[in-house]
Amino acid sequence: MSFFTNPEIAFSAKVMEIIYIFMGFMCMYTAFKNLKDKENPSQVGTFIFWFLLGIVLALGQWLPSLVSGILVVLMCLPAVFKKVAKGHADVPTVQETQANYQKIGMKIFAPTLCIGIFAILCAMTGLGIGLSALNGVAIGVVLAMIILMFQNKGNTFKVFMKDSERMLSVVGPLSMLPMLLACLGAVFTQAGVGEVIAQVVGNIIPEGNVTVGIIVYAIGMMLFTMIMGNAFAAITVMTVGIGYPFVLAYGANPTVIGMLALTCGYCGTLCTPMAANFNTVPVALLNMKKQFGVIRNQVLIAGIMIVVQIIMMIALK
Amino acid sequence: MNWFCLIGIVIVIVGFALKWNSILVILLAAAATALVSGMSPVALLETIGSTFVANRNMAIFIIVMLVTGTLERNGLREAAAGLIGKFKGATSGMVIGIYGVMRAIFAAFNVGFGGVAGFVRPVIMPMAEGAITAKGHKPNEDHMEELKGMASGMENITWFFGQVLFVGGSGALLVQGTLEGLGIHVELIDLALIEIPVCVIATVLAIIYYYVKDRRLYKKYYKDELGEEGLK
Repeated sequence: MSFFTNPEIAFSAKVMEIIYIFMGFMCMYTAFKNLKDKENPSQVGTFIFWFLLGIVLALGQWLPSLVSGILVVLMCLPAVFKKVAKGHADVPTVQETQANYQKIGMKIFAPTLCIGIFAILCAMTGLGIGLSALNGVAIGVVLAMIILMFQNKGNTFKVFMKDSERMLSVVGPLSMLPMLLACLGAVFTQAGVGEVIAQVVGNIIPEGNVTVGIIVYAIGMMLFTMIMGNAFAAITVMTVGIGYPFVLAYGANPTVIGMLALTCGYCGTLCTPMAANFNTVPVALLNMKKQFGVIRNQVLIAGIMIVVQIIMMIALK
Repeated sequence: MNWFCLIGIVIVIVGFALKWNSILVILLAAAATALVSGMSPVALLETIGSTFVANRNMAIFIIVMLVTGTLERNGLREAAAGLIGKFKGATSGMVIGIYGVMRAIFAAFNVGFGGVAGFVRPVIMPMAEGAITAKGHKPNEDHMEELKGMASGMENITWFFGQVLFVGGSGALLVQGTLEGLGIHVELIDLALIEIPVCVIATVLAIIYYYVKDRRLYKKYYKDELGEEGLK
């Protein structure tokens, strides 16, 4: 409780903590729903994953780091052994969505867009009480729920909870990838991995030449993403190893360099069969004859965009 | 210099490339790195714990899920189909272009319409095919193959570069978290702003590219049926 009454902690951080507690509650709901769900092939494993995630999200602020770390590793175990699964899902029928569309029509875009709008509003103005962008996301969600309740009396709180359980079960443990990669990045930094890479790469990149550093960082992001099939994994490794020691350490603008490096990685995603969800699954879904039919239509754009972004990084560094 | 501490990076690259279980790869890489660099198991767990808790904001997507499914239930996909259906008389290339603009804008609000399975296959492809038959042609198989590739390409390009405009998207949060770990603080709104020109350029380029390509394919496959009039 002292956390919420401490005047030294920013108001936005306190709001955030309440949001985390509610997110923890959503994970718990998912955990218990699946524990009781006979249609779920791995009731216990699914429960362990969502339950522990819920604990860390809701109580992370107050748990000792060691306890949180143990909970995170335990939570990953059912995921590693493929024991986190989907249970019964109450997927809306075409009749239901059609009927709701007849009733609500284009007005459905109002709740749809209000999350993004509130994120921007809060980021720019704080609504006068120092709210952050992510506070705004949550406020937008609450507002979207209220609008949806007015638009359709059938949208009760229970419907929102059940639908969110359905969506969470679809994304599953892989949705934790960014957070786990951030943890890995921190381990790398502590172990001094960055310094070792910096020494190796230092033989290739002339020290202090930020322009060459940017080009290696950007193209490295693209190539690493093509190999790994995942720009999120690539940015952790590349930023610690190359982005920081060869570009950012010389005072280059971290907003420009860090963010564009990620989208340089996306150029790699457009060119690789390793990113199966985006490039090979559609081939099957659309009954295409050419295995690389999607990638071939993306290579030109990816090639131009990597050049555009390198120019932007050099010009705005 | 401790060369062995690069083992974690090797594990990540090899593990992801060989499509091992991603979460296992990350745990193994962290454990191996800690082992060879003399970090104790307690220190490793503490680092994981404190970093995970510090980066809980990356899980903001969970609260967004509170409405994602219910929006779908209330006809969001039908509304999106209705919106794009308003553009009558568009050619197949234009259908894909219009979809690109729509998808980029909605991606910036973190809203998708169901991906290739949920939207491109049931809505966009029939519209593109309808645009060809509306001009009195029998859709050519190779032309349709290319249109499928272009529609999927548009889907991916506008999603990747559009979603980074959403303040609170996981990409920007990961960049923010990674930089934070290196002692650099950046704001989410600034990360989104820098991507605006990138998104606009990528979307416009994709629209032009696919439009021109579709025109060329049109001439190639329906030349005999078109005559001078139809080639305009």
